[in-house]
Amino acid sequence: MQQMNPETKQGALADTMEWLDARFPATETFEYHMSKYYAPKNFNFFYYFGWLATFVLVNQLVTGIWLTMNYVPSGDGAFASVEYIMRDVEFGWLIRYLHSTGASAFFIVVFLHMYRALMYGSYRGPRELIWLIGMAIFVALMAEGFFGYLLPWGNMSYWGAQVIVSLAGAIPYVGADLMEWVRGDFLMSEVALNRFFALHVVALPIVLLGLVFVHFVALHHVGSNNPDGIEIKKNKNEDGVPVDGIPFHPYYTVHDIHATVVFLFLFCAVVFFAPEMGGYFLEKPNFEVANPLKTPEHIAPVWYYTPYYAMLRAATFPLFGMDAKFWGLVTMGAAVVIPAGLPWLDRSPVKSMRYKGKLSRWALRIFVVCFIILGVLGVMPATKAYTILAQFCTLLYFAYFVLMPWYTRVEQTLPEPERVT
Amino acid sequence: MSTGDAVHDAPTGESSNSDGASRRYFLIQATSVVGAAGAVGAAWPFISYWSPSEKAKALGAPVKIDVSKLAPGEMLSPIVAWRGKPIFVVRRDAATLASLETDTDMLADPNSEVVDQQPDFAVNSWRSDRKEYGVFLGVCTHLGCSPKYVVTDNFADTGQGGFFCPCHGSRFDMAGRVVKGVPAPTNLEVPPYSFQSDTVIVIG
Repeated sequence: MQQMNPETKQGALADTMEWLDARFPATETFEYHMSKYYAPKNFNFFYYFGWLATFVLVNQLVTGIWLTMNYVPSGDGAFASVEYIMRDVEFGWLIRYLHSTGASAFFIVVFLHMYRALMYGSYRGPRELIWLIGMAIFVALMAEGFFGYLLPWGNMSYWGAQVIVSLAGAIPYVGADLMEWVRGDFLMSEVALNRFFALHVVALPIVLLGLVFVHFVALHHVGSNNPDGIEIKKNKNEDGVPVDGIPFHPYYTVHDIHATVVFLFLFCAVVFFAPEMGGYFLEKPNFEVANPLKTPEHIAPVWYYTPYYAMLRAATFPLFGMDAKFWGLVTMGAAVVIPAGLPWLDRSPVKSMRYKGKLSRWALRIFVVCFIILGVLGVMPATKAYTILAQFCTLLYFAYFVLMPWYTRVEQTLPEPERVT
Repeated sequence: MSTGDAVHDAPTGESSNSDGASRRYFLIQATSVVGAAGAVGAAWPFISYWSPSEKAKALGAPVKIDVSKLAPGEMLSPIVAWRGKPIFVVRRDAATLASLETDTDMLADPNSEVVDQQPDFAVNSWRSDRKEYGVFLGVCTHLGCSPKYVVTDNFADTGQGGFFCPCHGSRFDMAGRVVKGVPAPTNLEVPPYSFQSDTVIVIG
């Protein structure tokens, strides 16, 4: 620190920055969010996924804008324009595969990002709002994926949207009218395609960007959690800098660049060698144009919705005078929304799984296994045995949340350390 | 652990610190160069994406024009498009051809000296392969409007026909040569073409 920093800004650059800083908080913002943002120094592997989600978001925005340049949102033009992009446009196949693979990659990194929060209690105070904003991002992302999936106007796009829109029909009294209103027609048609296009390309990206922005603002206001689940801000040196913190830039920017390179190896391997991923990223019936008279033999949503879809199908019996279809919708909706309650369901004296007791550990393990089983069941045909298994897993999925206030209080926890480990 | 590593791990003295600085400088530079190469590589498909697609290229393929029914003094109608642009094919009579050789005082570039406006075979008084047939891109060299064919009296002094652009009043003679004092800077472009037979012209 006593020595002159060789990179001290001098001359014209310093003058330019001075001019800019007098009019715009450039240096101030950079310092607040990067070079003087003190992140806990004990981040591990699971802390890459926030950045990677941002990176994939940028990929989706750029490739999405490029696709829009040639895509035609009409009943006659949609499918043909996607084929045109794939065959005739220079590098059109690459841009489209970057976008379609990016959608799956987005959910992979977001699921891991959320799993990190479950493990280390990142949703706990003072980060409840970050978690709620994150949940809103997740719901917006699911909607974005759903609307986007209709756009290629393949037969799976068509019937997938048909099934999900029909869910609205399960709502008592207004269901049938609501369905018609959403579709703007008596069946899924170009009308729905056009509104889904507007929502996918304009409305939801704006919502997503706004939510991601406030996600960052809230995060940088309270500071990041860490694998030990303890607050680094409780232990500051005489300069007011957390002792266990390290400036985000350059330490974690370099880490994240490294993670990005590794991510790109895997991502590009899929884009170049398995963009359809055996029918899981791009489903086979979608290579056929939408046909309102012919449902694909086996209909399943894209893999990232399958856990929720399995829970929807798991509701097979009427209850309290409402039919099974209605309860399926309620179950699925509740399954998506219930994690938002985590900050208030978790009553443990500690945040991180490192110091929580056996019950919490087993609860999380069972939860993850159930979620994966549900995901697998979601692409399987609904046989009797599978349905019973899905019902069992659905029960355990909800038990993880509903029983959390109990098991986090009764279990024996380990003492948290004073400093990060 | 070697002592060299220890020096890097704990830079305390003057020399080891400057050693670390140069190493850091090298790493930053190397990372930046590789990163920049990666950025260029990543940008490439996005830039290429804007080039004419295979469909556009297919539409830009050569087109055949049958001129067997074109009488002297007429322009081929309906107008044929090549790469989406109008192609003017005119058949000039003997009087017009004679006029093209002599009435050049009013022209800005009578000898087709602007190289980009025509293939080499069209650098002559008729700006064409065969004297009789003139083939031009029907796009005004001013701002891209399509000029009108004027059968006679495009020029008051010669009484000859030519092309007149309704947008900004540019005038061209029957060889597509621009006159002086109009907004269009150069002669009409002559597309690459050839005669497949006496009556069939292939454009492109």
